[in-house]
Amino acid sequence: MMTTVVIQTIARVVVPFLQLFGLYIIVHGPVSPGGGFQGGVIVGASMILLALSYDLSSAETKVSHKVRIAMDSTGALLFAGIGLLCLLAGGVFLEYGIIPLPMVPAEVRGLMILLVGVAIGIHIMALAASLFLHLAEEHDT
Amino acid sequence: MGIFEFILMSFLILLAIAVVFVRDLLAATVVFLVYSLIMAIVFTQLKAPDVALTEAAVGAGITTLLFIVTIAKTTRREEDD
Repeated sequence: MMTTVVIQTIARVVVPFLQLFGLYIIVHGPVSPGGGFQGGVIVGASMILLALSYDLSSAETKVSHKVRIAMDSTGALLFAGIGLLCLLAGGVFLEYGIIPLPMVPAEVRGLMILLVGVAIGIHIMALAASLFLHLAEEHDT
Repeated sequence: MGIFEFILMSFLILLAIAVVFVRDLLAATVVFLVYSLIMAIVFTQLKAPDVALTEAAVGAGITTLLFIVTIAKTTRREEDD
């Protein structure tokens, strides 16, 4: 299924801005509306736009199944890793302030909230793209 | 309740009724998309920008796309009666 050149050109122009907006929402999660989930969904939607405007195989070459699985696992492991780091430092799960870094505890908390947001963003962007691509791929039935 | 909220709520009720009665499934999906967008505006009016962003991204974006793919895989019209 090939779409017209108008759709492909518009998609090629829009996708970078969409991804930049998604990253903006992810990294501004601690201070403004939004966060890892919302930004991740927007970046995932940009990948879906690529798959819709070109064809599925070209999107599959950009973000292949293995890349999506790797991103998915990276996000989940980063999230769990930060939580377990707090456990190792002697606190409870996701008690950021206890992590021994050479900073004020408030700064450590801010940094860890940002990192958790980025982890959730990576996880959700792979998940959103996977949902669409797995549903849309051809099955021989 | 201001006039703007009244218009938004009226639209929400109209769309919620319309999405049930539209026979064309693709048209029903688009009506549902508009419902989600208006819902996002309502959430912004209720001073919940976080929920509004989620509703706009997930409700209007991802859900609609998944519905459209499902329609493309199956049939667009309801067949019985």
